[in-house]
Amino acid sequence: MSLKFLEDLKKDIVENQVWKAIFRHGYEDTPRNRVLMVTANVFLHLHPAKVRRHGVRMRFTWCMGGLTFFMFLITVVTGIYLMFYYRPVAEYAYADMKYLEFDMPFGMLMRNMHRWAAHTMVVFVWLHMFRVFLTGSYKPPREFNWVVGVLLLVLTLLLSFTGYLLPWDQLSIWAVTVGSNMARASPVLGHEGPFAEFVGANPIYDARAFLFGGGEIGPHTLLRFYILHCIFIPMIASILMAVHFWRIRRDGFSGPSL
Amino acid sequence: MAEQVKQRPAAVDDKVHTWPHLVRLEFIVAIFVFVVLILWSVGIDAPLEEPANPTRTPNPSKAPWYFLGLQEMLVYFDPWLAGVVLPTLIIIGLMIIPFIDINPEGNGYYCFKERKYEILTFFFGFHVLWVSMIIIGTFFRGPGWNLFWPWQRWDPHKVVALTNVDLPYLLGFRDYFWSSVCGALVVMGYFVVSTVAFYLWVLRVKGKEFLERWGLVRFLIAASLFVTMLSLPAKMFLRLAFNVKYILVTPWFNI
Repeated sequence: MSLKFLEDLKKDIVENQVWKAIFRHGYEDTPRNRVLMVTANVFLHLHPAKVRRHGVRMRFTWCMGGLTFFMFLITVVTGIYLMFYYRPVAEYAYADMKYLEFDMPFGMLMRNMHRWAAHTMVVFVWLHMFRVFLTGSYKPPREFNWVVGVLLLVLTLLLSFTGYLLPWDQLSIWAVTVGSNMARASPVLGHEGPFAEFVGANPIYDARAFLFGGGEIGPHTLLRFYILHCIFIPMIASILMAVHFWRIRRDGFSGPSL
Repeated sequence: MAEQVKQRPAAVDDKVHTWPHLVRLEFIVAIFVFVVLILWSVGIDAPLEEPANPTRTPNPSKAPWYFLGLQEMLVYFDPWLAGVVLPTLIIIGLMIIPFIDINPEGNGYYCFKERKYEILTFFFGFHVLWVSMIIIGTFFRGPGWNLFWPWQRWDPHKVVALTNVDLPYLLGFRDYFWSSVCGALVVMGYFVVSTVAFYLWVLRVKGKEFLERWGLVRFLIAASLFVTMLSLPAKMFLRLAFNVKYILVTPWFNI
């Protein structure tokens, strides 16, 4: 009798307009539903509905591409949390870091996760590239997706690099100073690079000044890197990720020809 | 009348449903990595040093660890090369790999024999050069960017003899102009000789037929990138063995 009651309850929940507007298919384990689970779900449909058996195996993919994306998602979520409490202004930035560390609930945990996930993402994206190279998965027809992947690798490094400045402590400003000194040495475009004198590049008007928003690292640089880190690079990376995943979905997982 | 029969390979359906086979695996791996990350984050705090002070430069000042390979290259090349030209070439070189590598073997599976030279080249560039330079820069460089073993105290007053000389000087050139000419000849000679050697090597291991399929453009791009990559260990060797600072000195740039 109680089972009958549960059956009725289930019917009440499932068989109405609201439920059916959201969920378009049942959960019975049928081949049709297995395909619909992927194709009728905007997130899961990043996958093809069916993949080749060997492509599922972890010893083939190392799961590195998916995990790189997962790390990106973690940095997005923790990063948004941090953005609520952090002001990219030289007077406040460091104090806000301390505030996050000592006063905010889970502030330190979120910051740790953000940082360690960012480092892990760099490592994973390298491992992903190494795996794709070893399996020759960049070969036709996937050449262009490898190119997109290299751009994503560069963007990952830039994301990590721009984020490095934001704590506004000794570690961050000097690491970024050293890291961006190379821009100062760009041929033609940097004031210390070869042939700079022919285009009139000088310390406050060259490639590094453009990156820093001034001749030296300062408050303007902090705001600039904050916007690059939180908006500009994630936006470009998201677009390229969409292309990257779309291409995988179209071409399928690579594998030996049948 | 003979019936037209479409000759198809036997239909091998080696595909499985993404749901549940792949999604399940991704979910489990993601959970596992997430737990590890949380434990790591609970256990180890992200560093936060004293507030930024533009007037006090720490010694050594290190870039973020993933750029330390580039910073380590600064020992051997000037910033415009190590920090700008070579990284650009690394990125371009990576991007054109699929267009240079015309070997159809090994598409979508692990193998070594069929792609021996491709894999060894990647291994050399990525593991031997990039990763080991990062390790040296991270763990073996102290104040003044001097070499220290991990168990040695970082002595900021370590005395290091500055005995490096330019290659033309080593070869006996004392005149400024002729030193530059000598350096330019050495640099150009390196590229010409190495490209020829690369050609002969490819001819030997891959054969004439491969070179014809490869084409002149692909060969020249691959050769110049490969030779440029080898210029790093070449310069390292000259520095460590003969204390060579520059090979070519001009009023505008040095190599």
